Amino acid sequence: MIEAWVSFDFVLLWTDALIFALVVGVLVLVFFIRRQEHLRAPWRAVAQRPMAIGAALVLSVFVVIGLLDSLHYREKLPDSSADKPHYSVDVLSVFDALVGDLRTQQEKTYSEPLAMQLYAKEFVQHDGATVREYPRLKFGGAHLQQEADRVEDITRRSLIGLSQGMAASFLLFGLLAAWRARRTKISLGEWLTRWGEGRLDWPGRTVAVVVTLLLMLAGVLVHLAAAYHVFGTDKVGQDVLYISLKSIRTGLVIGTLTTLVTLPLAIGLGIAAGYFRGWIDDVIQYVYTVLNSIPGVLLIAAAVLIVQVYVESNPDLFDTAARRADIRLLALCLIMGVTSWTGLARLLRGESLKLRTLDYVEAARAFGVSHTRIISRHIFPNVFHLVLIAIVLDFSGLVLAEAVLSYVGVGVDPSMHSWGNMINGSRLELAREPVVWWQLGAAFTFMFTLVLAANLFADGVRDAFDPRQGGRR
Amino acid sequence: MLAYILRRLLYAIPILIGVNLLTFALFFVVNTPDDMARLQLGAKHVTPDAIERWKVEHGYNKPLLLNAQASGSAQLTDTIFFKHSAAMFVFEFGKGDDGRNIGNEIRTRMGPSLAIALPVFAIGLLVNITFALLMVFFRSTYLDLWGVVLCVVLMSISGLFYIIAGQYFISKLWNLLPISGFAGGIDGLKFIMLPVLIGVVAGIGSGARWYRTIFLEEIGKDYVRTARAKGLSEVRVLFRHVLKNGMIPILTGAVVVLPLLFMGSLITESFFGIPGLGSYTIDAIQAQDFAVVRAMVFLGSFLYIVGLILTDISYSWADPRVRLQ
Repeated sequence: MIEAWVSFDFVLLWTDALIFALVVGVLVLVFFIRRQEHLRAPWRAVAQRPMAIGAALVLSVFVVIGLLDSLHYREKLPDSSADKPHYSVDVLSVFDALVGDLRTQQEKTYSEPLAMQLYAKEFVQHDGATVREYPRLKFGGAHLQQEADRVEDITRRSLIGLSQGMAASFLLFGLLAAWRARRTKISLGEWLTRWGEGRLDWPGRTVAVVVTLLLMLAGVLVHLAAAYHVFGTDKVGQDVLYISLKSIRTGLVIGTLTTLVTLPLAIGLGIAAGYFRGWIDDVIQYVYTVLNSIPGVLLIAAAVLIVQVYVESNPDLFDTAARRADIRLLALCLIMGVTSWTGLARLLRGESLKLRTLDYVEAARAFGVSHTRIISRHIFPNVFHLVLIAIVLDFSGLVLAEAVLSYVGVGVDPSMHSWGNMINGSRLELAREPVVWWQLGAAFTFMFTLVLAANLFADGVRDAFDPRQGGRR
Repeated sequence: MLAYILRRLLYAIPILIGVNLLTFALFFVVNTPDDMARLQLGAKHVTPDAIERWKVEHGYNKPLLLNAQASGSAQLTDTIFFKHSAAMFVFEFGKGDDGRNIGNEIRTRMGPSLAIALPVFAIGLLVNITFALLMVFFRSTYLDLWGVVLCVVLMSISGLFYIIAGQYFISKLWNLLPISGFAGGIDGLKFIMLPVLIGVVAGIGSGARWYRTIFLEEIGKDYVRTARAKGLSEVRVLFRHVLKNGMIPILTGAVVVLPLLFMGSLITESFFGIPGLGSYTIDAIQAQDFAVVRAMVFLGSFLYIVGLILTDISYSWADPRVRLQ
């Protein structure tokens, strides 16, 4: 038992550390917001929008996968001694451990989604004679006797998955209904009627439908992935579903950590420029005009090249390929943050310019309240909604930007799983005959789902927080 | 007015100097010419001789800021900063790694870039405004709601997918238009159509939604209520009043990107094999040709600043209440 424990070496990558710092930060913020009625009210408005709450549920699935994929470790090599252990060079994550064989079940080369044969004919030895045919896959559909059984087997597995997902959803819903009915002190039947008529104070029907769909999808995926490659395999025979799932973390890291870099710059400099005015305003405006005027892609390209040179000239600082890829991802987030704070800073500057002339700020100044206190107590809380709207609006744009940057060659490390790298790789696959479409299709499906969910959620947040938009809808 | 434009032009100079210093720092101080040579010549097994030869070839074998060995004014001018950074102010970009003059390349490549970017911009503006007006006309109906949902869906698709899908279906499956390439004159039309079509479609989502908010903001104002109270029809209110006033923020917002159209679109041009500035930039990034990247940074900043000045002027032109001082 103890042996099993010490056979791991916990690996903390830079981005992991920042992600967990971010999670802690968000939890603290949630705790803070829960205790303040005026901060809680707009969030309750977000939760009442069916579209926003459905999107939030989908987003949370992505976030959970991304977080599981951020707990990294290395396995101890089996033949290393106990007192001086050697660890594998492969950095794995808890997510890898959970999906089990998906990572290791590697075929020879391309195979179609749910196929049991390779995508290209090969010469195979059959009882001494050489025949040219589609060879069977090592793992995909390996349990089947013949091609004719495949459709039936897939249907059976899908149906089992669907029904299990449905059952799990019913169970969850039953528990929820019983709990809520007890909490609100009404009978279960009464609660169900209210739920059915949409008379709860939250969009119960949407939540139920979305959760059921997600569970059913998960059920189908689990049952099919156990015996097939659901999205086929790529050029080196790696399962495309696995690659797509691993790419979630990359997308989330870029979407969130970049904002983390942006925020202190935008908030600090934006408010300082608007509040202090004078030469501070001039200097800050000068800096952001200069940064803004440089085409973003080129600045990112220059910075990424610099990081590449740094990594290549200091190879001993990075012991694994994962660390090398990670430092490049971090650098990408940093530089994208440095290039993208200007928009929010300009917005905050304008808002602070307006706020500083208001009576209560004047009064505070007349009482001799210090600048830091005025900014933190009077200015910042009044521009916070702008910051929040910017965070959620930027997220989807950043995820999309990763794909473009990886295509240009200045995105994440080519060895890192990311949707951008998948799209980049699939360009050649589309040109070949017969067409290999599933890698592009998988990248599209995952990216589109994440970005659409993020956009819909952002819309909900914006409508709830932006006072200008409040009355219109 | 003239004095104002002059002052704005003077204000642009320190910004360009800032851009220049920043690129100088990025490309020569943080990343020394030795590093560049090593990256270009291929990682580890490089002899100092080879690095030196590379630096001589590219003119990087000089001190950064001050040449102590030279005499007189050459102390300042015979340096990397003067030859490679300061020279950009007179649009002397030097040579790229392929030995061609960057200035010439830029001049010949601007045409193809504009041939794509300008129609995308103009047709896109027209299409987006039309869609936005339609949504505003049917506001608070299901048509408007689904229009917005469609916009969000269109926005959520990466630009790469529009290009890949367009090339695959229109060119490869249906053989309607050539998949890539470019030609001058009227022959070029068939090459331009697909990238322009894709560029316009890819922009509808965010564009139409943004213009819709602008028009909606306009429609809540007092003059619209007055116009309705006079008994004007909804169509007339929309086209005569709302459209005209809504065009002010739309056009002034569009002016800032106008000069940048010269730079072309990175992704579109490289996918469609158009010999414009966008594909030039991408090739330079991928070949790690620092001289070209530096030139493009400077050119991009210059055009952006021109756009800023044009925006200020167009504000006062479109809205006489804005005074320039």
